Amino acid sequence: MNTFSINQRSELGCTILDLEGELDAHTASELETVFQDLIARDNLKIVVNFNQLDYIASAGLGVFMAYIEDVRTEGGDIKLTNMNKKVYNVFDLLGFPALYDILEDESDAIDKFSNL
Amino acid sequence: MGNISTYRKTIPASTKNLSEARDFVAEYARKNGFNAQKISDIRLAVDEAITNIIKHAYNGEEDHTIEIELTFKDDRLCVELFDTGATFSIKTFKQPNIEEKIKQKKRGGMGVYLIHSLMDNVSYGREDEANKMVMCKYKT
Repeated sequence: MNTFSINQRSELGCTILDLEGELDAHTASELETVFQDLIARDNLKIVVNFNQLDYIASAGLGVFMAYIEDVRTEGGDIKLTNMNKKVYNVFDLLGFPALYDILEDESDAIDKFSNL
Repeated sequence: MGNISTYRKTIPASTKNLSEARDFVAEYARKNGFNAQKISDIRLAVDEAITNIIKHAYNGEEDHTIEIELTFKDDRLCVELFDTGATFSIKTFKQPNIEEKIKQKKRGGMGVYLIHSLMDNVSYGREDEANKMVMCKYKT
């Protein structure tokens, strides 16, 4: 069984998305819907916490690619945090660390947004 | 002749079945002594390959199947994938320029690059009117 879930929280004006389970071509659309909704509501300080995410395929990375420019153009960002090594390796293989703010911990991302 | 084990599974061509395919391959790789890192690599490569078949060979139509065959021989696993959809050509597997793709709002091409990065050998062909993709990885 493929399990994936997204929980949303607010902390100091940031929206935190807690991802859990496996993000692949089947489950990517759920994340896509959440991003669309956040952008529509102008919630553009987005922190994605990968702590409970066990697995990611390129379809999952594609979701981050699709929305990063819209969010940054409007003055926000999508910051990625708490990745395990396996998940980080996939982002790294494709060169994402040069383009995305990938941080050790959720609190680092919130700090960065607060200091803007 | 060395020790050969083969395992076969047929799945419906739907993204719903990706996790089942990944778990099938990972389970036998583990039983045959592959380490955790190699199992992760194989899981992702198989996922990306099947996703491409679903999207490009079958164009998202779910009433088809994909056959997965695993062969363990000596210190090597070969995963063969068969489909009867359209033959799509693999033009390139160089590292995709993600920055360019973001600007152009394109997402494709990452899977093929990952497959070639993660596996030791990848080849494509036709067999009995089916598309056949073979990707192999060594245990050490």
